[in-house]
Amino acid sequence: MSKMSFENHIMKQFDEELEEVRTRLMEMGGKVEQQLQNAVRAVTEADSALAELVIKEEKYVDEMEVDIDEACILIIARRQPAASDLRLVMMVTKAVNDLERIGDEAKKIANHAVILAGESTSSQGYTEVRHMGKSVISMLNNALDAFARFDVEAAMRTIEEDKQIDLEYKTALRELATYMMEDPRSITRVMNILWVVRSLERIGDHAKNLCEQIVFVVKGKDIRHQK
Amino acid sequence: MTQAAPVTKKKPVSKTTPKPMQNLEITDHQATVGKCFADNAKMTMRNVNVFYDDKQAIHDVSIDIAKNEVIAMIGPSGCGKSTFLRSLNRMNDTVDICRVEGQICMDGEDLYSPKLDVVELRARVGMVFQKPNPFPKSIYENVAYGPKIHGLADSRVDLDEIVENSLRKASLWEEVKERLHQPGTGLSGGQQQRLCIARAIAVSPEVILMDEPCSALDPIATARIEELIEELSQNFTIAIVTHSMQQAARVSHRTAYFHLGRLIEVNPTEQVFTMPEHQLTEAYITGRFG
Repeated sequence: MSKMSFENHIMKQFDEELEEVRTRLMEMGGKVEQQLQNAVRAVTEADSALAELVIKEEKYVDEMEVDIDEACILIIARRQPAASDLRLVMMVTKAVNDLERIGDEAKKIANHAVILAGESTSSQGYTEVRHMGKSVISMLNNALDAFARFDVEAAMRTIEEDKQIDLEYKTALRELATYMMEDPRSITRVMNILWVVRSLERIGDHAKNLCEQIVFVVKGKDIRHQK
Repeated sequence: MTQAAPVTKKKPVSKTTPKPMQNLEITDHQATVGKCFADNAKMTMRNVNVFYDDKQAIHDVSIDIAKNEVIAMIGPSGCGKSTFLRSLNRMNDTVDICRVEGQICMDGEDLYSPKLDVVELRARVGMVFQKPNPFPKSIYENVAYGPKIHGLADSRVDLDEIVENSLRKASLWEEVKERLHQPGTGLSGGQQQRLCIARAIAVSPEVILMDEPCSALDPIATARIEELIEELSQNFTIAIVTHSMQQAARVSHRTAYFHLGRLIEVNPTEQVFTMPEHQLTEAYITGRFG
């Protein structure tokens, strides 16, 4: 594992600024992770109060995105970062974007949770959401962990997890299609589940982007869009 | 070229396991990482050592400068980048205690050969210094002096043309054409530096060496010189020593990083400033040197 250091600048202030954006990105990651967990729980436990909370708190994620982006722009303007510093700052501006999008998807899931909770008492489709939700939450957690430690190997492993999630997504789609064929009255309900599953799949993609950015920071290699 | 060019790439330092930042001392046989050599080399330097008395200022530097290339040399103070630059047109000859070993060739011709005419060499390899140093003469005379002593102009008309062309190439013509016969020292710092560049290019050099050409100038004058460097690179080969890393990043095609008299890394500029190969380069350009 490569050891990344963002310290020891002649300008101590620069160290602090880089550390600051890193810490704030981690905080944002923590918040987004919590939003995702709550959103998935709101669906599987039909907890509309929790879903409302997720919807309400989404604005904090947005605020964090704007704040961190601003801090990055200031660093670029003031310090003209180069090499690993530059890669870190660029990574952070992209990562906040991905995290914000994860926050959006969590909010979408919460919206569907409200609808689902108000509809019926059927638990059809919850298994799929619970199952996929677990994988996606774990993947996001691993991605944030890899970022905290700048661990390229962990990032590469996490990228692989996305394949599993895509597979689970396809399986879930097939099962949801079966439910709809079996009982056309469930179509409206299952459609909501379908959107939730779709959001979870998207979150997997964003977590994958985060991991690719980690590889970029540490190795300077752009591994996006490689088959 | 008297010596077969070595393979274009020396053994790079492994990127996957960079040395930890604490272990940055250099060994005696520090190999330069990156792309030191060029296919269309204008100047080839091999195993160059420079001494001031018994103190070695440059250790075993081998590098090519390609035709029409802008190469930037960067490094902390006292790393030898200026010494190395000055050995390229034998400016170090004027320093009694200075001794240059190794091979420095231009178009395959050994520049340290006893047969070589040093005055002619300095016309072929021009130099621009840190502080603008125009002669205490008129603007016209400053530019015309070189062509005159080298016999490049047959008539007054020829000379006028050379002066105008040089001033145009140095983007100074429009500013001075009305006052060509006023003293060069009366110009602003930035104009004086461009006058010195005009003076250097008046003798049609092949290579221009610049030793921190902008460090005495304000940002606007600096921007003009940098723009000029870009234009000049179409006709000349340029080696520039600079303390400003941003300047190196802006104007050069390749960047060479010197450290304690050794050439640590040479790579395309875009790579050096985004993903340097050597930990020392990284430490220097990210401002971690103390």
